[in-house]
This record gives sequence, structure tokens and C-alpha cells, in this order.
Amino acid sequence: METLHAVFVAPWLDMWEAPVFFAEVFVSGLLTGVMYSLVALGFVLIFKASGTFNFAQGVMVLFAALTLVGLMEKGVPVWLALILTAVVMVVLAIVIERVMLRPLVNQEHIILFMATIGLAFFLEGFGELIWGSNVKRLDVGIPEEPVMIKGVLLNSFDIWAAAIGAILVAGLAVFFHKTPIGRALRAVADDHQAALSVGIPLKTIWIIVWSVAGIVALVAGIMWGGKSGVQFSLSLIAFKALPVLILGGFTSVPGAIVGGLIIGVGEKVAEVYWGPLIGGAIENWFAYVLALVFLLFRPQGLFGERIIERV
Amino acid sequence: MNIKKLAVAGLGAVAALSGLVPTEALAQNEQFIPMLVYRTGPYAPSGIPVANGFRDYYTLVNNRDGGINGVKIAFEECETQYNTKLGVECYEKLKNSGPTGASLVNPYSTGITYQLIPKASVDKVPILSMGYGQTAAADGRVFEWVFNFPTTYWSQASAFVRYVAQQEGGLDKLKGKKIAHVHHNSAYGKEANPTLEALSKKYGFKLTLLAVDHPGQEQKATWLQVRRLRPDWIFMSGWGVMNQVAIKEAAAIQFKMDHFVGNWWSGSDADVVPAASAAAGYKSATFHGAGDQYQIHKEIIKYVYNGNYAKAKENNLGEVLYNRGLVNAMFGVEAIRTAMSKYGNKPMTGEQVRWGLENLNVTDARLAELGMKGFTRPVQVSCADHETGGPIIIQQWNGKEWNMVSDWIPTMRDVVRPMIERTAAEYAKENNIQPRSCT
Repeated sequence: METLHAVFVAPWLDMWEAPVFFAEVFVSGLLTGVMYSLVALGFVLIFKASGTFNFAQGVMVLFAALTLVGLMEKGVPVWLALILTAVVMVVLAIVIERVMLRPLVNQEHIILFMATIGLAFFLEGFGELIWGSNVKRLDVGIPEEPVMIKGVLLNSFDIWAAAIGAILVAGLAVFFHKTPIGRALRAVADDHQAALSVGIPLKTIWIIVWSVAGIVALVAGIMWGGKSGVQFSLSLIAFKALPVLILGGFTSVPGAIVGGLIIGVGEKVAEVYWGPLIGGAIENWFAYVLALVFLLFRPQGLFGERIIERV
Repeated sequence: MNIKKLAVAGLGAVAALSGLVPTEALAQNEQFIPMLVYRTGPYAPSGIPVANGFRDYYTLVNNRDGGINGVKIAFEECETQYNTKLGVECYEKLKNSGPTGASLVNPYSTGITYQLIPKASVDKVPILSMGYGQTAAADGRVFEWVFNFPTTYWSQASAFVRYVAQQEGGLDKLKGKKIAHVHHNSAYGKEANPTLEALSKKYGFKLTLLAVDHPGQEQKATWLQVRRLRPDWIFMSGWGVMNQVAIKEAAAIQFKMDHFVGNWWSGSDADVVPAASAAAGYKSATFHGAGDQYQIHKEIIKYVYNGNYAKAKENNLGEVLYNRGLVNAMFGVEAIRTAMSKYGNKPMTGEQVRWGLENLNVTDARLAELGMKGFTRPVQVSCADHETGGPIIIQQWNGKEWNMVSDWIPTMRDVVRPMIERTAAEYAKENNIQPRSCT
């Protein structure tokens, strides 16, 4: 009886009795969720264009952040370093299209997936070779002071990250739905050969998508690198994006955002109110449990395209 | 095969043979020490300075002294990436190298240490897991081939509690205080928990255990709990990115940084880099000095880097984990020297080095001779005590460098040693080991 009370009653009472603290947990979850969405977005972009899960997205986040901080350490001003890093990510996208994607047109998705695994190992080693393995501090001037809003303590860095994430998402939404390139991209995602037959330049679309995914990776790298320093474990942040994708759907930009918010809030609330009952550190696996529960009801994710198989 | 190819092949053979002869002759009088390193992968920021510390110390002994009593040290690195499977492969690859095989092995990973413990007695290669690995290995009656001096996680936790008591005005002032242990959710991270729990009961402080999942990139939930709990002190057993994020999060919730103390794997230079000045005041335990102002560093600059200080700094000279590598390498070398005092000045076998480790007595005078006066504490190992329960010291980050801010703090042997003996006895029972007599 005592256990049942601790699991099903006490946490809710706790939230009710300390609403300000609950608000802090909730808002922190939302802000963290936006950070997860930033990483998830890169996956969504590539998946939309090629139907392939890009295993290298986490390493692209790392590579972009390493390049940025490496340039800054060499005395390049922040604004110029940002531009140069974006250029590097575009060049990387062109190289990936030429060397990796072009020879694999019309291959099975699993082949492309395997190629992205290779890309992940290559980029990690290449980044380490050029920029070294040490932890690097990344400071692009985003404020980090704590702010108190109606008793809720928040970090201004997290608020900025959420704002930048929101702007990025809005921009991408317009890009996908209002521009010819966005429409072409969606056509390529549906069927490579059909898109080619109506004159959509597949190679150009892939370069554009990988470039945008690279720039999204740069933004994610700045945010996560700002929190933990730029180091090789940054690539592991991709694992935080997986439950977001499962929940939100692999093909939906709004899905990545909503999925991120649900996972962010869900894991924080679970960790704070239920974690202590079983020794804590539940947030990592709880995110996956949450995503799997959603999968039971919507296998394509909250916003994913409905799976229709003809037999 | 034309004449040109034949000539090239002939020259190659001559060159190879001429190279082999002296190498073989030299190798017969070398003491081989394997180096399990992690210079790549997510933990490389910690692995590189440690590996450089080892390498520089061995090079110093060879260049300055001509080796250990005239026997040159040969060492070979093998990359583990801090991965247990790779670590075991490295050990298997290197254990028979050199004229007498591996003298000893420093696994530099608790996971690898656990895997090598059963192999050590079979392969006759002693393990020196300096301040990590299996704490119960401190009982030499059960763990004949494993050494974890100068101190262990359990002793460290007890010394941390003593330090808190010193700051609060005495052990009796601990009653009612709130202490949180923020720890990596792994066997390593949980090592200090039993000691802290035992001391919590003994001294009446309220202990809260807060686990952080690997790798620790995102810890917001943990620090929300800290903010709600408002502990008087925080002790952290972290590793890698977990440390850097924790220090930043603590600063973000405006926790008093001088009441936040990491263990000796949570107090390296890399750990405070991302937070920079916000980490000022953060403390950590250690068992050796920080900085490059000791005599040993001057000798390394002179004999290893030919006076090039900038080059030495590039190789992490004086960083916390570099210094740990130096101390660890020194203990290994002194153990080999101790073995030579019994078996003669020639390459030692693992079995002989095990004897050297067990009879190691590094005194203050010896530390001074080694250029390490004040750098670390004397150590005297015995058959029964492979830990020595050495004291710890607290260092503090001032925003630019680490400084020592305490005296050497004794551990609580009366609490820790019975726990070690109890756990070692359980291990012996589970593994059908008959503890040897050390009387």
C-alpha cells in the first residue's frame, strides 16, 4: 500500500503542494526539449529528402562545433567564424553528394544508412585529426546569467537557445512549404525516380538538404557545445534525439519540435518526481519508454506520414 | 626479378638485419612496461595528459639515469579508447612483450581493471590501479596481484567527510547537515555510496544520492533536485563530460562553489574549461600536487624537452592528470627498483615486480631524491595492505589554476578498513580463494 501511494499519489501531491517548483521543472523540460529538437531537426531533413536515417548527424553536430571553435581559437572573429563554418558545412554537403550519395542513387535505404555509419566514423576521426581531442570552451556571446521569473529560476542561455531554435524551425517550415525547393524536396522524399522524371534535379536537392542539415548541426553544436564545452562526447547527443524522432515522426519538422517538448518535459518530470523511488537516473531510458508508448498507438509518430502498404 | 629490384631487395634485407641485431641485443636488457592509453574517443581529454605523464616519466628515467639501475625502460602504447573490450585486447597483445613480459599493468579504467583481476594471477602480471578499480583489492590477503595505493574511493569519501567536518567546526557539527552525492550511474560512480551511507549513520548527516546517467551531457533534472534540496555540501563522483556539465549547472543555480567538492576524477583542468570563471571556487580531492613548479617538472623540461618549456606545456606539463601520470609511473618504477634490490639489476619478471610492489617503501627522503618533495605523500605497502589508506588533499580552482587549500586530510581507517576486509572476504568466498596469511 505504501509503495502504491509513493508511486501513484505522492508525486502528484508533491506537484500540487509546490507549484512553483513544478513550474520550474516543467519550463526547464520545455527549454531542454527545444535543444533536443535542434538535433532531431537535422535527422528529419535528411530523412525527408532521402528516406535514410543519417547516422552521422550527431557527428556533424560535433564537426561543426569543432570547426567553429577551432577557427575562433585561431583568432578569427565570431561572426566570420560562423560564416566560415557554414561554408565548411556546405562544402562537406557537396563532397558527401559527390562521393557518397551519387554512386548510391536508387540503392536500398539500408545501403545509404550503412554509408552514413561510415561517414560518422570518418568525420569523427577527421575532426580529431584537425582540431585535436581536448575540451574546448565555446563562447559566442550568448548570455549565461540565471534569471528569476516569478520565483522560477531559469538560465538565460537556455532561453536564448529556445528562441534561436524557434526561429530556425519557423524558417525551415517556410522553406519546406512555401518555396519551390521545399516542394521539390518533398517530391524527392516521396520517390527519387518519379522526381527525376519530372525534371527535379536530385543532386542539387541532396546538396541543399545536406547543407541545411549541416547548418542546423552548427546551431545545435553551438547550443550544446556552449553548455558542455566542445568535445567528442558531443556526438552522443544524437541518442537524445532518437526518442524525439520516434515520437514526433521522422518526416515532420513540427513533429521534431512537439516531440522534443514532450520528451523534454516528460523526462524531467519523471526524473524529479519518480526517479528517487528507484535510485534515480531514469531520464535517459524513460524518454525511450515514453516514445515506445506513443508508438503503440501511432507507429508513424505523432506527425509522421501514415504508413500505407499495398498488398 | 630484374637487377634493380634484386639490388633493392638485397639492400632492404641488409638494412633490416643490421637494424635487428643491436635492437635484439638492447631488448635483452630492457624492462618492458605496457601502456594502456586512451588518446582518442570521448574520454581523450582525460586520457591524453595521463598518457603524456607516463611517457615523460619513463623517458626522464631513461635520459637522466640511463634507466632503472642501468636497465632501460621500454614502453609501448596501446589505444583502448577507455573501452573495456579494447583494453583487454591491448593487455593480451602486450603481456608477453619484452624480454621478461609485462612488468606490471596500469589499466586506467575501472572496467578494464575488473576484467584483468582474474587474469593477473594466471599471467603473473601485477595490476597497479592507482586510486581506482576494485576498492576491496586493498586487502592483499585476498588480492595478491592487485594494488590500489595510495588510497581508494572509500578512503577518499571518508576524508571528504572529515574535510566537511573541519570546515563546519568538528565531526559533531555534521549532525543535521545535508550532503548530496552527485554520481555517475555506474559501478565507479556508486563506489563511494556505502562509505557515505555508513558515515551518514555514524555522524547524523542527511545523505542524498543523485545518480546521473552516462554520459551526463544533460543533467537539468539532477540540478533541479539539488536546488530544491539545498544541500550544505555536494560531493561528486563524475567522469568526462559529466564533470564539465555538472560544474556549469552548479554555477547556473548559484550553488556555493566552495561547498562543491569533486573526487579525484572530477578535478582535472579539462573539467573546468567550459565553465571558465564561473567554476571559480570549485574544489576537488587529489593525492598529488597541481602545477609545474616542482623539481620533477624542471627535470622533465631539461631531460625530456631539451629545455623547451613551451613544448612541454603543449604536452600538458603540470596539468592535474599529467601529474597523476607522473606519480603513477614513479610508483611503478620504484616498485621495479625495489624488486631489483632483491633480484639484481636486470629486467624483472611480473612475479618479481609483484614482490617489489608489496615491499614498496617510498619515503619522504626518497621523494626528495626523485624531485617530488611535497608533490605526493610517502607510501609503504605491505602484504595485507595494498592501499595504505593514504591521506587526500583538497585543491581549488580559482578561475585560472588549481591551488591547494587544505592540509593532508587523514582518511577514516577505523571505518573503511573493516568494510574492505568484509567485502574482500565475500569476494574470496564467491571465487573460492583461500586468503593467504600475512603474519
